[in-house]
Amino acid sequence: MVKQIAVFLENREGRLSDCCKVLKQADVNLNSLSIADTKEFGIVRLIVDDSDKALSALQAAGFLSSVVELVAIEVPDKAGALADELIALSDSGVNIEYMYSFAGKDGHANIGFKTSMPEKAVAVLQAAGAKVL
Amino acid sequence: MQYFQKEIETMSKEEKRALQSERLVKIVKYAYENQAPYRAKMDAMGVKPEDIKSIDDISKLPFTVKQDLRDAYPFGMMARPKKDLVRLHASSATTGKLTVAGYTMNDIDVWGECAARSLVMAGGDAESIVHVAYGYGLFTGGLGMHYGGEKLGACVVPASAGNTQKQIQLLVDFGADIICCTPSYIIYLAEEIERMGLKIGEDIKLKGGVFGAEAWSEGMREDIEKRLNIRACDIYGLSEIAGPGVACDCQFKTGMHFQDDHFYPEIVDVDTLEPLPYGESGELVITTLTKEGMPLIRYRTRDIASLNDDPCPCGRTSVKLNKITGRSDDMLIIRGVNVFPSQIESVLLKNPDITPNYHINVDRVNNLDTMEIVVELSPNVKLDEVAHVEEIRRKLAADMTSALSVSAKITLVSPGTVARSEGKAKRITDKRKL
Ligand SMILES: [Zn+2]
Repeated sequence: MVKQIAVFLENREGRLSDCCKVLKQADVNLNSLSIADTKEFGIVRLIVDDSDKALSALQAAGFLSSVVELVAIEVPDKAGALADELIALSDSGVNIEYMYSFAGKDGHANIGFKTSMPEKAVAVLQAAGAKVL
Repeated sequence: MQYFQKEIETMSKEEKRALQSERLVKIVKYAYENQAPYRAKMDAMGVKPEDIKSIDDISKLPFTVKQDLRDAYPFGMMARPKKDLVRLHASSATTGKLTVAGYTMNDIDVWGECAARSLVMAGGDAESIVHVAYGYGLFTGGLGMHYGGEKLGACVVPASAGNTQKQIQLLVDFGADIICCTPSYIIYLAEEIERMGLKIGEDIKLKGGVFGAEAWSEGMREDIEKRLNIRACDIYGLSEIAGPGVACDCQFKTGMHFQDDHFYPEIVDVDTLEPLPYGESGELVITTLTKEGMPLIRYRTRDIASLNDDPCPCGRTSVKLNKITGRSDDMLIIRGVNVFPSQIESVLLKNPDITPNYHINVDRVNNLDTMEIVVELSPNVKLDEVAHVEEIRRKLAADMTSALSVSAKITLVSPGTVARSEGKAKRITDKRKL
């Protein structure tokens, strides 16, 4: 499992860069940043090297932020292996609320997703031979 | 301590009426003789002081409106020469001119007694430490509660408004058990106290507080009482009449006990100005029965409320003022519908995903009124999907429409970003050019 930090941002100019500045000042490294937004607000999802430190720095700076655990796997080197793992997941009835890829420590590609049944997802993925983080 | 002045606060209805009658007869004669604006008003209506024989005759008297006070600025309404006045207070006006109230020493004493009665209702006594976080100055909040605390024999901490970190330090170090400030400020203090991780009951020893000078809802009261584990009393006052202490509620919350031995309340229909019976909502009108510096007769407060005369378990026998539901000044007319900020507050308080802080922006686009309500998300809400935010907004918009009978655009913002005010909350920006 990987800890993802979700931050609510009003679409005011500079809010995203303020958020990044807070992380930089707290000496937190970003592994991934993705934004889902509308005309008026956005949700930024971050994966960082120290999620506790990032969360307390963001909250102290007044950002509405929370931690959500994601199931994450390393993208396999073998062609077709990722498709097999995802098919296994889908066949087992595990729901996926959202999913995205992010870089691992060694530059390796990872995929993380949110599900309401994380234990089952991990078991299915492990059985399919995936490298679960 | 149960009462500050038992014999007056628990006086029988008949005795109270006799006292009010005696005082009204006296004050009308005094006003006629000493205040030119009243002599002119009464002469114009053909009413003579002798026509007023008891409190039942009060409806024969002329009303006073804020404009009368502005016209008399600064001293035209005073019944005493300047040498007899010991203090002036003034309330700010958006239109420029201030309205001034002058007090004699006796006026200050009477006001202090009323404020002291209020502090007792909040749980205070002569042993109390009373922290006053209302602003000190022309605004009556600070000095009003200050003198009330001293009258009570309590120890007053004149913290005044602002510098929240220092306020909290004083609360911790001095151990105040009673606090006086605006409802929006006590909520802000509670947030800061929680954020600092201070322990309620250990670090913060508050037992009660009187909160006023701006409208607040029953939901806000519950929020304050729960967060700080205190008795939160609603206190009413206005500088033209005296300041805080004109009315205040006790622990039974049956309405604010009106200090009707000194200030006589009526409710009148906003349009016809006819007096309304107990229970009916209209404009609160107050007559000062004992004031010397600047008596006011049937002063129209612009506050919308009702009165009740139900017995209160506390034993106080005064008539009671139910929660102010709005100000005729604050009332917004949106696409022909009357909207009071208090209606918006009660919707916000029922929703755990947001805080009670809000700001209203009103504009007119293509000849149509638009209302935007900017609301803070609660710091405790967990949001990782756009759809969650949209869901909170949709629900709030639907609740708002059903409460106000007019639709509003809801804008959600981060916690702590809607401005808190230390005086009267300035929650409305009306950009319409009417
Ligand atoms: Zn009572």
